[in-house]
Amino acid sequence: MRKFLLALVAPLLALGFALLVTTVILLVSGHPPLDVYQQMWDYGTQPDSIVLTINLSTTYYLAAIAVAVGFKMNLFNIGVDGQYRLAALFAAFVGGHVSLPPVLHVTVIILVAVIVGALWAGVAAVLKNRRGVSEVISTIMLNYVATGIIAFLLAPDKFAELIEGSNNIGTKPIPSSGQVPGFDVVSGASAPIYGTIVLAAAVGIGFWWMLNRTRFGFDLRASGLSPTAATASGIDAKRMVLFVMLLSGGLAGLIGIPQLVGAAYTYNLDFPAGLGFTGIAIALLGRNSPVGILFGSLLWAFLDVSRQILDLGGVSKEIVTIMQGVAVLSVVIAYELVRRYRITAQQRDVGRQLAAEAEMAGAAA
Amino acid sequence: MEEGVISTETVAGDVAVQLRGITKTFPGVRANFDIDITVRRGTVHAIVGENGAGKSTLMKTLYGMHRPDEGTIEIDGKPVTLKSPSDAIALGVGMVHQHFQLADNFTVLENIILGDEPTSSGVLKMDVARERILEIGKAYRLSVDPDALVEDVGVGDRQRVEIIKALYRGCRTLILDEPTAVLVPQEVEQLFSALAELKSQGLTVIFISHKLDEVLSVADEITVIRGGTTVTTVLPHEVTARQLAELMVGSELPSPETRESTVTDRVLLDVSSVSLANDAGRVVLEDISFTIHAGEVVGIAGVEGNGQAELVETVMGLQKPFAGSVRLGDEDITAWSTRARREAGVGYIPEDRTRHGLLLEASLWENRILGHQTEAPNAKGVLIDRKGARADTERIVAEYDVRTPGINVIASALSGGNQQKLIVGREMSGNPRVLVAAHPTRGVDVGAQAAIWDEIRKARVAGLGVLLISADLDELIGLSDRIKVLLRGRFVADADPHTVTPEQLGSAMTGAGGESS
Repeated sequence: MRKFLLALVAPLLALGFALLVTTVILLVSGHPPLDVYQQMWDYGTQPDSIVLTINLSTTYYLAAIAVAVGFKMNLFNIGVDGQYRLAALFAAFVGGHVSLPPVLHVTVIILVAVIVGALWAGVAAVLKNRRGVSEVISTIMLNYVATGIIAFLLAPDKFAELIEGSNNIGTKPIPSSGQVPGFDVVSGASAPIYGTIVLAAAVGIGFWWMLNRTRFGFDLRASGLSPTAATASGIDAKRMVLFVMLLSGGLAGLIGIPQLVGAAYTYNLDFPAGLGFTGIAIALLGRNSPVGILFGSLLWAFLDVSRQILDLGGVSKEIVTIMQGVAVLSVVIAYELVRRYRITAQQRDVGRQLAAEAEMAGAAA
Repeated sequence: MEEGVISTETVAGDVAVQLRGITKTFPGVRANFDIDITVRRGTVHAIVGENGAGKSTLMKTLYGMHRPDEGTIEIDGKPVTLKSPSDAIALGVGMVHQHFQLADNFTVLENIILGDEPTSSGVLKMDVARERILEIGKAYRLSVDPDALVEDVGVGDRQRVEIIKALYRGCRTLILDEPTAVLVPQEVEQLFSALAELKSQGLTVIFISHKLDEVLSVADEITVIRGGTTVTTVLPHEVTARQLAELMVGSELPSPETRESTVTDRVLLDVSSVSLANDAGRVVLEDISFTIHAGEVVGIAGVEGNGQAELVETVMGLQKPFAGSVRLGDEDITAWSTRARREAGVGYIPEDRTRHGLLLEASLWENRILGHQTEAPNAKGVLIDRKGARADTERIVAEYDVRTPGINVIASALSGGNQQKLIVGREMSGNPRVLVAAHPTRGVDVGAQAAIWDEIRKARVAGLGVLLISADLDELIGLSDRIKVLLRGRFVADADPHTVTPEQLGSAMTGAGGESS
């Protein structure tokens, strides 16, 4: 029970603090905070906003899990951003050019995305293992390289074609056999919920299962908790770096999938960018746990959707960015405080119980 | 300050430090209660007790690192309240911690004045400091080179630096926490002659230890602490080491002796001509050869940093030698990974249990899995067998007497001795063929020490081969069937544990004694 409560304390404290800071900023800039929050809530709970929030959080969830896999063993894959964009480009290109039966078509698209994402992340793993290059540096650099490659390939005579009636260019649209229909469950909404929400749920459950039930997951957690003890226990650190980087990159490949097979059907210049960095923030917010990340991505998506109303009321919507930033920063501190408290609390409990046992034994003697 | 160095005119017999009814409780733990100690000026007063008996808590109280819940502290006959170590220092109490608190990349001089630098209008006055340090060195016969870098000097020198540091701050009562734990016998003698010098000049030394022979030879009075309180104070000529130890544990005493030989002619581990270089390319092990037979304990003696850690890592596959081979039974395992070696039956008790032996923030049953991730009862195929691991952890906790309220607590909640018992239990599970035990009883209490010795002995009878590395020469002599001495990465001597004395071993370890036996 205490474990459960403690798990909640840190994020709640951090969110409370973020709300406080936002409120102060609103007050200072002369906007009535309650009014602003009311506007956001009203707008955010409209049917269309709800669908948008859920769809956005599906994408965010995948992004955060991709990051969390690495974080669990203190491997910082900052390159999720480049990995998913590159993966989405190739997946869209292949998806637009093959003709296959419905389920197989989608499977091929997903596989291409996973493989491209994994390979791109693998570059950083090889650099780290062979040359000792910090993955933080190499993955950041690889993001820029990915941007360059995408700009090069997304051209009319290569992967892309001009989209009719616009200046935009994109890959050839994925035919209906490669599209995943959505769920029309929110009444009054104009768009459905992505069918790929099932994929995100499977990834979350799979991540939890892998961490807690498999040997690989144990090795991964052990490497994160103590690299020295992990090595002494026989875990090959280099192999772990390679596998975890490939896994993280493969999962990163999935980030673009909901958008690709559920709404856009093409990779064009408007394809959402920066999701990898959002994923980092949400992984921190959700403490790398599949459940924590679920709440984190829903919250993040809700804020991103409901902030759209603010400009109409003359409030700068960047106020929400501040709130998100403060929340992430303070959650990191709050988690660390709770972690330390947990350790000392448990040490104290054990001391108390053993002392009580010793006293009973003494009384009996 | 200056008189601190020169003043000698104190009458031995005055009370320097008096502790009355000291009680210190941490939430749930009564670390000290009703402690009474009287330390006379100009004496060496030893405080002995098992690990966890409350010695460190008491010394932290005296050094102002925390305040007692009850009781009084008198220094030089005046009751005092110590709010921080700086209060203690101002009253002439200095402390040398077990783990030295020195900056490696500073010189001896810089380390000594750190925090108490003589300045004139903001500019360091190094010459003044150097002069005073040399003066202290001369007065107490503590020789150090003020301009040497601390990282370049040996352990004994570092300790002298710590002592001079305390004296430099005008200390009149010096607390030494386990000062001999890191020293070889020759260095211990140097330390003791320095203590005699301090004593003769009227300084008071409080000496914390659990090495009883040393305590008996150096102390004027000995206070025994057990279970957080003072048991008695005795004079060294009144007691034997054995009686003292029994006072400490409150019962009959174990000993590491194993005499009947169980050595067979079946070779389990065969290390031949192994040479290893470190990352910087320096050769740290040179042409190392030895064999371990079934039922045999081979002890490796050596001053820390002479290649023992590297030898262990080579046997465990954590380091790859550039020459030579390692065979386990009939198989050449030179190229095997650490995991393959563990799976083949090499148990490993690492030197530093918190860094290499445990996941401190993981539960006990998860720590049971560590190092044996691929083996029953921890795994079924690629999956972790949680039920199996938990059940087996319960077994280890019961069989090895790991004191814990349950197997779900995190490893860092246990005391060092209990952590070590868990590790020993884990490594003995699954019938290992060879056990690599690096300092298996370092920093554990007497009870746990006896239990661990017992386990090693039992396993030896059952045909286990043990590679034992230890800085505790009594343990090494008591448990080993053969002892090899490692100096600067080479074997320089063999010793027969039946005949060798710790002093002879110590000489061989420092390269002073030549071949023994």
